[in-house]
Amino acid sequence: MDRSEFRQGVRDVVPLLLGIIPFGFIAGIATVNAGLGLPEAVGLSTIVFAGAAQLAALDLIGRDAPLAIIVVTALVINLRMLMYSASIAPHFQRLSSRTKAAVAYLLTDQAYALAIARYRTDDSARSVAYYFGVAATLWVVWQLTTIAGVVLGTSVPESLGLEFAVPLVFLALLVPAMEDGPTTIAGILGGTVAVVTAGLPLNLGLLVGASVGVLAGLLTETATEGSSNGD
Amino acid sequence: MATSYSGPVIWGLIFVIGVLTFLIRMSFIGLFGYLDEIPPQIQRGLRFVPAAVLAALVVPSFVTLEPGTGGVAVDKLAAGIVAAGVAWRTENVLTTIGAGMTTLWVVRFVLLPAV
Repeated sequence: MDRSEFRQGVRDVVPLLLGIIPFGFIAGIATVNAGLGLPEAVGLSTIVFAGAAQLAALDLIGRDAPLAIIVVTALVINLRMLMYSASIAPHFQRLSSRTKAAVAYLLTDQAYALAIARYRTDDSARSVAYYFGVAATLWVVWQLTTIAGVVLGTSVPESLGLEFAVPLVFLALLVPAMEDGPTTIAGILGGTVAVVTAGLPLNLGLLVGASVGVLAGLLTETATEGSSNGD
Repeated sequence: MATSYSGPVIWGLIFVIGVLTFLIRMSFIGLFGYLDEIPPQIQRGLRFVPAAVLAALVVPSFVTLEPGTGGVAVDKLAAGIVAAGVAWRTENVLTTIGAGMTTLWVVRFVLLPAV
């Protein structure tokens, strides 16, 4: 394991923690609100380890929703990870199955976003240690803040809007990802469609927006290739 | 809204969601080991995933409709615009966060109450 890459990952994830810490608190508090205790909170945060899905499942559990609905809701929310998995997989092709399983278990929005940004811009920096630096830090902080949410039950002053730090980090990563015409179109379309479909249930807007964005990027690339071939 | 599901049912639920979520995460990461080369068509599409996904994650956080009024949340929109400009000029995460949060707080706590 490349220690300096691991440390770089830990350093890069620190600003994101500003948003993760209140989120983890909320996941802990939601567990109590659903009528569950510390073991279930820890179980959810370690076994599922997916904030949005945990919150949705807890909300439905608290309302005694049918079990199948709870499972399907959580999975649909997590479907976006299929895209992360596909996008990041080429960088981890040569790893052992055991390491791949660890990579997959730790895959989150934040870990994906930071790692793909680094691997995309720097071909020499494909060390999985960087990914683990980011992802393991997120995991530890997520567990600690979930527990703190259950035990303390205090709410972070909501008006400060600390969770707003998370989209700001993603924004800083988005701008360089829009590196040419087709990727810019993919971003603009993906963002616009996600806003329009934000009202859809199950976080589906994200999935729809991202898919439309990828499709738009592909079409733009095909169209521009066609016209430059014609020249 | 305490649940009436029993302990074993809850734990079963946690395990089922956990295992299936892991399979979603593992899907392509596991699959690509068995392919010598990634099909070029898939590779082409994957190039657009970071921009499309990040935009779909980000933009709805900045352009959010105020509940009830139907208007746009001005503080978040302003913060998003300023942060986007700063991100474009600096490509620096911490500077972007600083600019975005400062704008959010200035608009939310100074400008909006004064209007």
